[in-house]
Amino acid sequence: MHFYTYDGTFEGLLTLVFEAYERKAWPTSIAQEHLAQPGMFGENIAVVTEEQKTARVWQGLQKKLSINAQQALYHTYLWEQPGFEQIIFDYIRLAFSSEQNIEGNYAAPCVLQVQQAAKQVHREKHRMEAFVRFQKTADGLYFATISPDFNVLPLIVRHFERRYADQRWAIYDTNRRYGAYYDLRQVSLVNLDLPPHQRPTSLAPEVKDADEDVYQQLWQVYFDNVNIPERRNPKLHLRHIPRRYWKYLSEKQPRQLR
Amino acid sequence: MSLKVQDVRVMESRLIEKLSILADAAKYDVSCSSSGGKRKNENKGLGNAEGMGICHSYTEDGRCVSLLKILLTNHCIYDCAYCVTRRSNDVKRAAFTVQEVVDLTINFYRRNYIEGLFLSSGIFKNADYTMERLVRVAKKLRQEHKFNGCIHLKTIPGASEELIKEAGLYADRLSVNIELPSEMSLQQLAPEKNYKEVLEPMGSIKQQLVQAKEEKKLFKSAPGFAPAGQSTQLIVGASAENDHQILQLSSQLYKDFSLKRVYYSGYVPISSDNRLPIITEPPIIRENRIYQADWLMRFYGFDAKEIVDEQHPHLDLEIDPKLGWALRNRHAFPVEVNTADYELILRVPGIGIKSAQKIVSARRFTQLSFEHLRQMGVVLKRAKYFITCQTKSLQRQDFESELIRRKILFGEGSVRSALLTQQLDLFKQVG
Repeated sequence: MHFYTYDGTFEGLLTLVFEAYERKAWPTSIAQEHLAQPGMFGENIAVVTEEQKTARVWQGLQKKLSINAQQALYHTYLWEQPGFEQIIFDYIRLAFSSEQNIEGNYAAPCVLQVQQAAKQVHREKHRMEAFVRFQKTADGLYFATISPDFNVLPLIVRHFERRYADQRWAIYDTNRRYGAYYDLRQVSLVNLDLPPHQRPTSLAPEVKDADEDVYQQLWQVYFDNVNIPERRNPKLHLRHIPRRYWKYLSEKQPRQLR
Repeated sequence: MSLKVQDVRVMESRLIEKLSILADAAKYDVSCSSSGGKRKNENKGLGNAEGMGICHSYTEDGRCVSLLKILLTNHCIYDCAYCVTRRSNDVKRAAFTVQEVVDLTINFYRRNYIEGLFLSSGIFKNADYTMERLVRVAKKLRQEHKFNGCIHLKTIPGASEELIKEAGLYADRLSVNIELPSEMSLQQLAPEKNYKEVLEPMGSIKQQLVQAKEEKKLFKSAPGFAPAGQSTQLIVGASAENDHQILQLSSQLYKDFSLKRVYYSGYVPISSDNRLPIITEPPIIRENRIYQADWLMRFYGFDAKEIVDEQHPHLDLEIDPKLGWALRNRHAFPVEVNTADYELILRVPGIGIKSAQKIVSARRFTQLSFEHLRQMGVVLKRAKYFITCQTKSLQRQDFESELIRRKILFGEGSVRSALLTQQLDLFKQVG
């Protein structure tokens, strides 16, 4: 019985793979340090992330896997759901032990699981790209908050960087308490302490741009008028925008009387 | 000072009124696509229109909101019976200025509400006068605001070739709506228009598309022309055409005019004109089946003739057209998933493109079982009547088609099947 712990980073997880191979001791469980409960009847192994070991494993994988599969593995890490470390471990082990490329082997549980996790992460990424609503501040910053099901902020910044190259913007993940800020030259990841229960859909009035409320209202007017009441279909509506995403969307907020 | 604030308020409320009128009038055009463009943000400007489009929201009727879809004006010289904007209809009229449309587009875009602009218009004065204004909006967005988001312009029937050519320089997509699926219906419901007038710009757009592509081959810097191609819309249920005629027409349009998309819009009863059929609700299920058939033609290798023909001119409302085809063509089944060609696997009811690709990929590693298929997302409830796995089958294969149809619709026992429940729900929504 080998109970592994690591620091919670992707690099740490790859170091863990290196250690497991070196010891020829396959993990009974893998947990992040701060969450781990030591096992009573086995060996507890605390992995310390080492750049060289990470690199060795990653280079090995690059020889075995296509870019897409490498990306899917990283997405599985961002997926953060219980058991993701074991899935990644099993996938890497299968890749190293096979002569053939294993990516299309959907009959192997870990391959199918990685594919499905990556798909979920990709879908959430796409949703965040769609549902982010920027609000303009008085000093010209476009600001949005998100709290995605999976840790997709690192994946969406490229899209926003390309699209909004001529405006300053920031996107803040209220659950994971970090954000991305673009200053017209580059994106940097920042820790920014927001009050934990700030409502994502409204900036404080004193920091809002003078036109912000007007455009939010115009957008609500537009949203209400493109609807065709004769075709009302609440089930389909909810399938496309499940309720948990409504908090981002200015068009799903109460209408203001003017 | 206080007067100024009031002025601003008045302007704002006028803009709100215009937007509500001109969004409402544009909503019956169902095209929403913002995909297929190649416009990159290379000038450090605003926006891009590459690859997959994004649906930023969904209306309560479940349609995607991707573009700011508005009319420039709903004043119109025509009187087409099916159209809410027709001259004789007693509705509030409004018109945006070019600058208002530009400002709305830019400000919505910067807040990540939209992928771009879809601008159409009632015909004001004449075709060229109207088209010229649409082009001016697009030109202003591209040149003054370095806007690289998606622009879809409606081509006004009868507009001059030069204007269409200019439109294609700024727009990612152009569309001409045919609306009525036959010349006869057009004569009846829109006597001031004719098919020639509609098809002419379509032909000229196609020619420009081809020419621009040729020039691009020679010179990389040659100006592009509507890189996301052209599309059109057919109204379903406002005239007497059957599904066979409609699908024949779309199939021909895909071939002759290399259209990217044909959209189908179930007719929403908006007019009591006595030239129109009396219906109380839009034909949503029929529209859905036509879209499924359209998908079969574009992605599943089906020919229009295989889906409906003169003997069976109507799509079955109760079952999807792929299942319908399979039940009429039992001789093609069962398909052995471990050995059959991809094209044949694609034709199995309950197996979509993604599952078919997974099957073909995974069977190189191991013999697939039904459990494998289930995990890959194959809908065995439908597929099991048409496939074998390692020559084994989950089901007797010698059932009559009618029995299979009943089993799929009503379930094996007394329990109502999910598919039927869904159907009934659809009826409920309509009613």
